[in-house]
Amino acid sequence: MSATRAALPPKEQLDDPGGRPVDRRRGSTLLRHLAVVLAAGLLLVAVSYSVEPFRNFQLATVAAYLCATAGLTVLTGLNGQLSLGHGALMATGAYTVALCQTAFADRGMTGGWLLPLSLGAAIVSTVAVGAVVGVAAARLRGPYLAGVTLAVAVVVPALAVTFDGVFNGEQGLSVPVEPPPLSLGPYFPYERWQLWVTGAATLLALLLLANLIRSRYGRTFRAVRDDEVAARLAGIHVARTQVLAFVVSAATAGLGGALLAVLAQSVSPGAFSLTLSLFLLMAVVIGGLGRLTGALWGAVLLVALPDLTHSVTEMLTLSPAVAQRLEGNLPLAIFGLTLIVVMIAAPGGVQGLLSRLGRSLLARRPTRRS
Amino acid sequence: MDRFVFLTVDGLSRGAVYAAFALALVLIWRAARVVNFAQGAMAVAAAYVAYTVSTATGSYWLGFVVAIVAGLLLGALVDRVVMRHVDHASPLNPVIVALGLVLLIQAVLGMVYGSEFRPAEAPFSRSALTVGGVAVLSPYDLFVFATIGVVVSGLAWMFARTPVGLRMRAAAFAPEVSRLLGVNVGGMLTLGWALASGVGALAAMLVLPTELGLHPHAMDLVFVSAFTAAVVGGLDSPPGAVVGGLAVGLLLSYVSGYAGSDLTPLAVLVLLLAVLLVRPGGLFAPVAARRV
Repeated sequence: MSATRAALPPKEQLDDPGGRPVDRRRGSTLLRHLAVVLAAGLLLVAVSYSVEPFRNFQLATVAAYLCATAGLTVLTGLNGQLSLGHGALMATGAYTVALCQTAFADRGMTGGWLLPLSLGAAIVSTVAVGAVVGVAAARLRGPYLAGVTLAVAVVVPALAVTFDGVFNGEQGLSVPVEPPPLSLGPYFPYERWQLWVTGAATLLALLLLANLIRSRYGRTFRAVRDDEVAARLAGIHVARTQVLAFVVSAATAGLGGALLAVLAQSVSPGAFSLTLSLFLLMAVVIGGLGRLTGALWGAVLLVALPDLTHSVTEMLTLSPAVAQRLEGNLPLAIFGLTLIVVMIAAPGGVQGLLSRLGRSLLARRPTRRS
Repeated sequence: MDRFVFLTVDGLSRGAVYAAFALALVLIWRAARVVNFAQGAMAVAAAYVAYTVSTATGSYWLGFVVAIVAGLLLGALVDRVVMRHVDHASPLNPVIVALGLVLLIQAVLGMVYGSEFRPAEAPFSRSALTVGGVAVLSPYDLFVFATIGVVVSGLAWMFARTPVGLRMRAAAFAPEVSRLLGVNVGGMLTLGWALASGVGALAAMLVLPTELGLHPHAMDLVFVSAFTAAVVGGLDSPPGAVVGGLAVGLLLSYVSGYAGSDLTPLAVLVLLLAVLLVRPGGLFAPVAARRV
């Protein structure tokens, strides 16, 4: 911790006298990130053709979760604010998309631009909710913030039941989604289309987040996390920075929730319980706080671990009742245990372990970065 | 008017339970500077142990005692095995670990007992006695008031009058100095966790018969209400936790009686936000210096 803090200022000075990198070797941050995103996109398209439909659907789910975990990483890892309410923010996005898509379908409107419009509306509504929570959050610290966001996570799904005229109670709403466009051919698999849509949206969100982290704003986020007093003395408006971080994080969480709703083609309060919020937090902690790659590991875990325990319980011959209990709860138990062990033994998470491993392998070569 | 009296008594009865639960949170906060987010899950685990004992032996009271003992042991266990090893440098770390405990405990309970609601029996009748034609108190309410009263005054007596209480306060207030003076600081911390968890288990035993029953998630909303109660009173103040608990209980009872029970979670959230935005230290907090 102290090592990175000591190493940062000289690089920052070299990097950023006027808001623009002068280090010629590295080139533009935007172009570098754009290249990575394009490569990831091409890889995703190639993978979508080579694996079976169910795997495509799983990858699409990973992409949707990745949106939310990446946003939470920015908030918790970079800005030091803990949010247990991101499940509720995802619910906000999901319900907005459901209401928009239903409204479009009821009016008989069709067209490829409707889904992006709904996703945009989901982001806007989540930003509004996130701004309200964020303004409150900016005044709170540590356990108080955790308590308030926990209350948000418990209360917001209950609202769907309270106002069941709009949200249809426990049943939830269906999300009508159009089939893939005909230009892709008549037999284009639906799951592949889902992966393309969610993958594109997620990569776009990640590109924006990665640039934000490398920008002036990203640096103010970290400054506020490390020492509020010092940040204030350096002329950073602490509260405004915290609200901004919360809003950015809420926007991606809303997009993630909206994508999940589009994937499942339905939303219900049960899908956005407190457990989902805890899952997201667990995913970013296990993946490695403060790194977007850590968010990726977390999102993969969120999809892979339940699948893994499912196949394990199928292999063991158990009575149906026991198998059903195990299947719902075994992933939760493993998640909880991993969370505790990771927090005690390896606070850097998976990505921290990997980069430590990489550093020790490359120890003899001069490192290019940092 | 009848309705108002009924709602007030009901609110005070619920509020007494919230007060006990909030007191458990305050105990750990004062001793270890940790808000125990796993309190609800730990209390439910103790209640499940009591359920197993009660159904096996047919005795409610044996289960009641076992629940409190299980709560004490679970609290000591959580402190010794988990919380002691967490790096407290960042206040986020203990919170995250406590949430991991929530996932773990609820999942284990779900695996062992399944996720259907189990009936939680009440030792006394819950139908209200009438005084002068007005339904006022049920025997169960009286039992709740008496139990919580004994626990709260017992804790107050212990902290104020006994050597152990003095050592616990010293260990929380100035750990280094206390250690030099021969106080077993680690042991006092474990005792604090055990006591808090025992009080939490007692509160769960008292509140579960008035709710839907036993379920791994049964205490989620109770925890949020009790956290609100602790924040209303100020996390550092045991009398504040009791007053806050009663206030939250009354508020929830009035909201659910006059506006509909669906709105109670929303009322909790609004109260929590309002208190934190207007008076973040709670109603009983001393004036604190501004940090930034």
